[in-house]
Amino acid sequence: MMTLKQSRRLQSVLLGGLSWLIAALIFFPIFWMVLTSFKTEIDAFATPPQFIFTPTLENYLHIQERSDYFHFAWNSILISFSATILCLLIAVPAAYSMAFFETKRTKSTLLWMLSTKMLPPVGVLMPIYLLAKTFGLLDSRIALIVIYTLINLPIVVWMIYTYFKDIPGEILEASRLDGATTRQEIFRVLIPICKGGLASTALLSLILCWNEAFWSLNLTSSNAAPLTALIASYSSPEGLFWAKLSAVSTLACAPILIFGWISQKQLVRGLSFGAVK
Amino acid sequence: MKTSAKVLLAGTCLTLSTLAAAGDVTIATVNNSDMIRMQRLSKTFEEQHPDIKLKWVVLEENVLRQRLTTDIATKGGQFDVLTIGMYEASLWGAKGWLKEMNDLPASYALDDVFPSVRDGLSVDGKLFALPFYAESSITYYRKDLFKAAGLTMPERPTWTQISEFADKLTDKSKEQYGICLRGKAGWGENMALITTVANSFGARWFDEQWKPQFDQPEWKNALTFYTNVMKKDGPPGASSNGFNENLALFNSGKCAIWVDASVAGSFVTDKSQSKVADDVGFTYAPHEVTDKGSAWLYSWALAIPTSAKNDKDARAFTEWATSKEYAALVAEKDGVSNVPPGTRASTYTDAYKKAAPFADITLESLKAVTPKAPTLKPVPYVGIQLVTIPEFQSIGTSVGQQFSAALVGTSSVDQALTNAQSVSEREMKRAGYPKKG
Repeated sequence: MMTLKQSRRLQSVLLGGLSWLIAALIFFPIFWMVLTSFKTEIDAFATPPQFIFTPTLENYLHIQERSDYFHFAWNSILISFSATILCLLIAVPAAYSMAFFETKRTKSTLLWMLSTKMLPPVGVLMPIYLLAKTFGLLDSRIALIVIYTLINLPIVVWMIYTYFKDIPGEILEASRLDGATTRQEIFRVLIPICKGGLASTALLSLILCWNEAFWSLNLTSSNAAPLTALIASYSSPEGLFWAKLSAVSTLACAPILIFGWISQKQLVRGLSFGAVK
Repeated sequence: MKTSAKVLLAGTCLTLSTLAAAGDVTIATVNNSDMIRMQRLSKTFEEQHPDIKLKWVVLEENVLRQRLTTDIATKGGQFDVLTIGMYEASLWGAKGWLKEMNDLPASYALDDVFPSVRDGLSVDGKLFALPFYAESSITYYRKDLFKAAGLTMPERPTWTQISEFADKLTDKSKEQYGICLRGKAGWGENMALITTVANSFGARWFDEQWKPQFDQPEWKNALTFYTNVMKKDGPPGASSNGFNENLALFNSGKCAIWVDASVAGSFVTDKSQSKVADDVGFTYAPHEVTDKGSAWLYSWALAIPTSAKNDKDARAFTEWATSKEYAALVAEKDGVSNVPPGTRASTYTDAYKKAAPFADITLESLKAVTPKAPTLKPVPYVGIQLVTIPEFQSIGTSVGQQFSAALVGTSSVDQALTNAQSVSEREMKRAGYPKKG
């Protein structure tokens, strides 16, 4: 018969094992992508799949030779950061008003905003394409910044709204009694309290912008094309390009993975914000 | 806040610096070895034309089609040069979306381009695209396995013979499969191959009144043959296999026979990617009751849309990239075997034939194809492995899905053909066939 201590230890080992298993399952595609990027094309296609092989850097050299990686990466950085900043600039005041000055239509407005995420993007491809063409914004970064801002706005407003809702109204009342203006209330009280939540929201928006492929593939060609377009250029139904595709995907994921790694403390803090109050 | 505003302002300013400059030529193309080579060697063109700057947009084939269709239909003008196939050249040329390639200089030697390829890129005698390379379908086989089994591949095999060879060469315990054929559903995937099989069994997509013909015995014979041979002697999971998957299987030594695009000739003989490079034999695509339509014809070509912003420079590049001069440049830089195949008679020199052992078969196949009369019985359409009507992409893919299901075994051959017939009839009726006037 197990003692309570032994039972708890077993439970802890099982839970730990399960966590590792889930983490391994989530991480495996990324691991396989990185591994394949160091294979030759013939090794990449080998059946059964090979774990042991002679690594090569030829795919990375090929990409360096054929594509201007930094041009695509620069576009990704510029578009993702601009769209995220713009999104936050709109979402913070919107969430502030919805959280602290709630009206009878606030909930339905929030739901309506979220419902726009349910529309498949291809449904509005032609109108948006024609608008971009009319305003001379095809293959421009502005078009992608505006679109990414708009498609991420509902989720960003929702997230910030929930963070703001967790803050007791008395704190704001106290600041008002001390003579704070609305602007000071937001920037000196709300934002410092919620900075973990705002950082995680910003990071999520950044990741969504970075990974977005539908609009970048349809609205850009050469000047404003981000890294997702670079990945797409290595896909082919005629010819073996899996290893090169893996290498370019690794290069495309690397900056955002590193950025996410560095800011993971903020992300975890933000996601668990309010959970232990 | 102030910092964010500055970053935003800086970003906005940078976005304005992305406007295209005069002399820029934006080329939309696909990712395959010949196109990558063209991209690399085009530096020579830029050196010869310092006022022209080439910008490349490389996309996967299906994404490219969708992008080009959107851009060209809305006159978006994002591209100055398009890489398109025969299907798009015919349809878009007829709609007036492409500039006619007339008044080519004598040095271009248009007569040197194979007539079948020229015809495939023309509408009513007007040429709408210049061919970059062309391909037919041929049979690849393992000479070493044939020799060990005491078999001889005829120069012009029938599908029945191919099936007999495949039976004898299959050894599933060694993961050695007698035959590899496309099974992945799609108008450009399994339907390209199955249509050539069907053509050689005497079938056709439509009769002269545009009535679908899947209820005819020729289609039943062809599909029964295809599913039987693949189930018996094909690799597992064949319904997921397209060109790339079969190429990988053949190159790793797991297929004894493979019937597919002639462009694979340079891949299967390339020692850096093929384990069987020295043991590959080549022969014509199999026939059965007829050889009409038993080998396909496809070409990647360069065209200029009417919405192009820089059509003058685009024309200069298009002529250069499809010229004899470019072929000579490839031969000089990368070796004669890498010259884009299938478009010009002058490519097939003795040196080329020596370097590319599949050259003669490809050349003769390309000379023999007749896209305007592709089948044993008369048809109202142009195209061997495809039907050049706008509705074909949708119908072809739907029918491909039915045939893929028959290969998997989730439906019978009869069911698949009945479904294919009803899908095609419905789509053709919706599209208003037979067309009046």
